[in-house]
Amino acid sequence: MIDALLTMWNQLPELLQTIILTVVKIVAIVVPIMLSVAYLTLAERKVIGYIQVRIGPNRVGPKGLLQPIADGLKLALKEIIIPTNANRILFILGPILTLGPALAAWAVIPFDEGMVLANVDAGLLYILAMTSMGVYGVIIAGWSSNSKYAFLGALRSSAQVVSYEIAMGFALVGVLMAAGSLNLQEIVLAQKGEWGIVNWFMLPLLPLFVVYFISGVAETNRAPFDVAEGESEIVAGFHVEYSGMTFAVFFLAEYANMILIAVLTSIMFMGGWLSPFEGIPVLGALFSWVPGIVWLLLKTAFFLFLFLWFRATFPRYRYDQIMRLGWKVFIPVTIVWIVVVGLFIMGQVGPWFD
Amino acid sequence: MNMMRHYVKSFMLWELLLGLKLTGKYFFARKITVQYPEEKTPQSARFRGLHALRRYPNGEERCIACKLCEATCPALAITIESDQRDDGTRRTTRYDIDLFKCVYCGLCEEACPVDAIVETREFEYHFEKRGEQIMTKDKLLVVGDRLESQIAADRAEDAPYR
Repeated sequence: MIDALLTMWNQLPELLQTIILTVVKIVAIVVPIMLSVAYLTLAERKVIGYIQVRIGPNRVGPKGLLQPIADGLKLALKEIIIPTNANRILFILGPILTLGPALAAWAVIPFDEGMVLANVDAGLLYILAMTSMGVYGVIIAGWSSNSKYAFLGALRSSAQVVSYEIAMGFALVGVLMAAGSLNLQEIVLAQKGEWGIVNWFMLPLLPLFVVYFISGVAETNRAPFDVAEGESEIVAGFHVEYSGMTFAVFFLAEYANMILIAVLTSIMFMGGWLSPFEGIPVLGALFSWVPGIVWLLLKTAFFLFLFLWFRATFPRYRYDQIMRLGWKVFIPVTIVWIVVVGLFIMGQVGPWFD
Repeated sequence: MNMMRHYVKSFMLWELLLGLKLTGKYFFARKITVQYPEEKTPQSARFRGLHALRRYPNGEERCIACKLCEATCPALAITIESDQRDDGTRRTTRYDIDLFKCVYCGLCEEACPVDAIVETREFEYHFEKRGEQIMTKDKLLVVGDRLESQIAADRAEDAPYR
């Protein structure tokens, strides 16, 4: 049986083989992402509930575990309303353009050494390009809805995302200076060393790490930077006019972006798939059997928890405060620290730059 | 110097960490959610829920159609019509409470000289058709008959304070 399948496989033309393999890999990445997006919504409601001394959803299925499926089913069955005078093509294109880049960016994420869909040399540039693309979806959605609220929400959101993109870009410049490569795999390997956890870029690039993560929260329009959707002033922001599946796609994109930012932060500052116990005498050997992807997932889960924790803790920023923080605090801080990193590299400081 | 301290503090995200610490503490706090249909919060004997008309132990209805409740009702939810019964006593021929108008203030119960109209502890009820929200005399008497033991116990418990 297996032999027959193998011979059939070998008879296929080479091009078809790579295409099938790639599609299988894409499915293997996208399906878990979609599942984790679904369960991230449940985790969010549970975590925020716990912080507010409630227990959160627990009615659908055991312990509420089927809640995301019920929510998804509800959204899938609802009618998609296209407003009169809306630009139909762009209206449908908007959500697709937000979700597309959020998923496309996963192509260059290394889950373990060699476990990556496309080992691109300019992976960091690709990530930057893809995360920036998401704004177009928001702008198009806001514009094509033919609604004041949607348009205002889109303007706010895009202005905010574009502002924080700069600080984020500068933070990544620091990473690429420290790693000496744009390839995400190389970046993780550059954090490997005999000192284990100390070798991670978290320490020498601490300000960039903080700036990157906070900008990431702003990029995904999450609380406390969620001015794009202010219930009291512009209803739901850029997606007021969306319903049913189109709304669900926006929702998916927001959470997929959250997961992406969490993964990127753990890859670039927290040593990706590297074990935190490396270099520690007994513990390092004890945990050496754990596959790298587990560490990456744990780190990602930690940052996702931070996202939810922030949302449950901080009040929203005012719009001018967001702009001030982005332009007058983060950008100067990152520029100064890039210079500091340059000095570190020149002086060959510590375990990181020698 | 103060400037410096302010800068150092804000760059260390001190206030934000304090906030996170507080919410982090509540993350592990005991959850106080009451899982409603399975668990219920304790109820006072003075709970003001669905209305009922009571009877005397011999089966005679208490209400004497004095209309004090109708007069005192702030929401004008009570409508009473009365007539002489065959035995010569004055009785209501119609006693309607519109539960959509009622604000459950309990003034009718306080006004009643014979403890006829009372509010019971029952609060889990619903209406499926228009018009069902009008509690007629018959419906009120049925509620009273069903819950009489509880009503009597609650009144007895509250008697010293009335």
